[in-house]
Amino acid sequence: MKYVDEYRNAGDARRMVEAIESIVAHDWTLMEICGGQTHTIVRSGIDRMLPKRITLVHGPGCPVCVTSVALIDTAIALARRPEVILTSFGDMLRVPGSSTDLLRAKADGGDVRMVYSPLDALALAQKHSDRQVVFFAVGFETTAPANALAVWKARRAGVGNFSVLCAHVLVPPAMEAILSDPGNLVQGFLAAGHVCTVTGYREYEPLAQRHRVPITVTGFEPLDVLQGVYLTVRALEADRWGVENQYRRAVTADGNQAAQRMMAEVFEVCDRDWRGIGEIPASGLRLRGEYAEFDAERRFDIAPPTADYSTECIAGQILQGRKRPDQCPAFRVRCTPERPLGAPMVSSEGACAAYYRWGRPG
Amino acid sequence: MSREPPSFAGASCPLPLRDYPKIQMAHGGGGRLTQSLIDHLFLPAFDHAALWARHDGAVLPLGDCRVAFTTDSYVVRPLFFPGGDIGALAVHGTVNDLAMCGARPLALSAGFIIEEGFAMEELARITNSMARAARGCHVPVVTGDTKVVDRGKGDGVYVNTAGLGVIADGVECQPAGARPGDRIILSGEIAAHGIAVLSVREGIEFDTTVESDSAGLWNLVEPILERHAADVHVLRDPTRGGVASALNEIATAAGVGMVLDEALIPVCEQVRGACELLGLDPLYVANEGKCLAIVTPDAADAIAGLIRQHPLGSRAAIVGEVVADHPGTVCLRSTIGSLRILDLLSGEQLPRIC
Amino acid sequence: MCLAVPGKVIELRDDEAGVRMGRVSFGGVTKEVCFAYLPEASVGDYVLVHVGFALNRIDEQEARRVFELLDAASDLHEARTDPSSGEGGEGVW
Repeated sequence: MKYVDEYRNAGDARRMVEAIESIVAHDWTLMEICGGQTHTIVRSGIDRMLPKRITLVHGPGCPVCVTSVALIDTAIALARRPEVILTSFGDMLRVPGSSTDLLRAKADGGDVRMVYSPLDALALAQKHSDRQVVFFAVGFETTAPANALAVWKARRAGVGNFSVLCAHVLVPPAMEAILSDPGNLVQGFLAAGHVCTVTGYREYEPLAQRHRVPITVTGFEPLDVLQGVYLTVRALEADRWGVENQYRRAVTADGNQAAQRMMAEVFEVCDRDWRGIGEIPASGLRLRGEYAEFDAERRFDIAPPTADYSTECIAGQILQGRKRPDQCPAFRVRCTPERPLGAPMVSSEGACAAYYRWGRPG
Repeated sequence: MSREPPSFAGASCPLPLRDYPKIQMAHGGGGRLTQSLIDHLFLPAFDHAALWARHDGAVLPLGDCRVAFTTDSYVVRPLFFPGGDIGALAVHGTVNDLAMCGARPLALSAGFIIEEGFAMEELARITNSMARAARGCHVPVVTGDTKVVDRGKGDGVYVNTAGLGVIADGVECQPAGARPGDRIILSGEIAAHGIAVLSVREGIEFDTTVESDSAGLWNLVEPILERHAADVHVLRDPTRGGVASALNEIATAAGVGMVLDEALIPVCEQVRGACELLGLDPLYVANEGKCLAIVTPDAADAIAGLIRQHPLGSRAAIVGEVVADHPGTVCLRSTIGSLRILDLLSGEQLPRIC
Repeated sequence: MCLAVPGKVIELRDDEAGVRMGRVSFGGVTKEVCFAYLPEASVGDYVLVHVGFALNRIDEQEARRVFELLDAASDLHEARTDPSSGEGGEGVW
């Protein structure tokens, strides 16, 4: 496949690793903040190919993992209503709320359906005018434009039986929270390439300057990730900070203006509770006033559920990069993909699930 | 060999059934939960050596011969998909389970559970498709059953087929037969069936010329058994759960490890495109006309060559080998050269956004 | 975040609401994709698609730059490990 296979070559990967080995002279801790990059790193074994001096930690880059328990419980409560068709992306279906997940809600009789695109959810609403179709709108800035257009179209076409349960989160505030934490160990970032396809990377400059860290906008294929590491380490070794763009074939400094305009039209920034981390101010998106009628939380009268975190799950430390999944005492023993104690074990992009599935043999 | 009836009180395995008071879709997905249901509920309850062998079919002595006996139920949605339908699937699936035991199919049964209100025309289409598939596999449908359930209780139609076959002397194909050093042969391009079905599923539709590979495999398997019976240790059709799940089951049953080479796994371009689009790994996607053969190393090239002579096996390839290391674990060498575990999934593989 | 896959644009049109839509081919599999955010796309372009939306056109020249960086980094490594070579310095990046 064009623009995919070229970046998965073993010889090129080896050459990139050798180049990294030749420039690294100190110990460095880098964080990637994107579930897709976690997937590539662990699946391709990149973390094992890198020199030992480089520690790669997986940040809160999986939107499915950081969606709050309260929102998942709300989605489940909605799915249980006979008039509701609850639509969701596939990877959200197995994430546990306080007591159960959407797949089990389906087993209990809830009408839960997987969709590939928010436009599919809208089409479902147009097809089933006698039902209420709710779309569980999770995602970072990459997905927000798509969800925004679905709401915009719904309003224009007067699709009154469509609404969204908005769970959007923003990346830069999370990076700021991690970097501002007194116990922060992260010295360089691989920024999420596809988020930057939408947002551009200008807003990362002040972050880099304020905290004096190199931030490299990085793609998703193995060669991209290795180059992201190379550029970040090169900057660290030269005591440089700022933003570099490894993913130039897909990212420009200003990003996609049309997408940003629609996001601003439909959404506004709000505070957001991140599962395993807590509330990060101005780190989420919610529907703006003119679109309030499409907000499922306002349309349906759902009693706010009590959030109940497993005390054993150390998702917070995992998502902040303080601990690796294999350093958690419950990992593989009491916490498995079949019996997850927290979200990073359920979503296949979650750090814990990735380590579990693609761990080292023997 | 008798075992206690199942009791949840003392369950200590990582997947106790008591964690799932209700059956979920994942219990039918072919992964860990399916295994758990079989291992902890059905096997102890029915308790027979043929069951504990965990093969696609039961091998039973009958006088001087051995017969294979198998059954499968078909609940696929949609009922009609590119390259097949529930009827053809029902015939091919059971024929293949017999073939994977090394058995020549003798006869099939067909049971229908039909929902009140189901269109007669669709039932006719399905039945005619089954008849065509059976004729194509040279196996008759000799008995059957029909039930109708209330509207709302049956999702159109469910089909069950059972099959009887005869195993020739010298043929021993069972999961526990895999040996370190054996080579793993895959008869062709994978994941076509799962992608074909997904392509017409509401909410995920896409246009593709990928058709289900639904086909009977006995006449692909027969020449190999005629010439290399002693070399063929395991035959398995990787249906739900895909190649990864099938190999994991065999590795566990035989107490061996396996290493696959990702670069050698045949996948057609369109299936790859669909899998990339949805974030699916083709190794976990269902096939309905493919066969894994685990054979002695000296005969591997010859057997792969024989398979390639059959129209259904033209893309056959040796994709890996059985090893003594990491027993019960299947590993994959990725295209960028590193080794990773190819684990059994807990439930269905779901399309992802991240 | 996030799964966005490169595909080739094979058809473009406006839907009944005036929103730009199209079909994109991924290795031969085609899917309906919304081009509201990429109105400048043309048939034959390669675009990144995420949850049914085209987000960006893939720049062919920039796509090759990945390999230029690889070569530059690799040459630098060889220069450092080869004592007889006098070459050095930063690459194109």
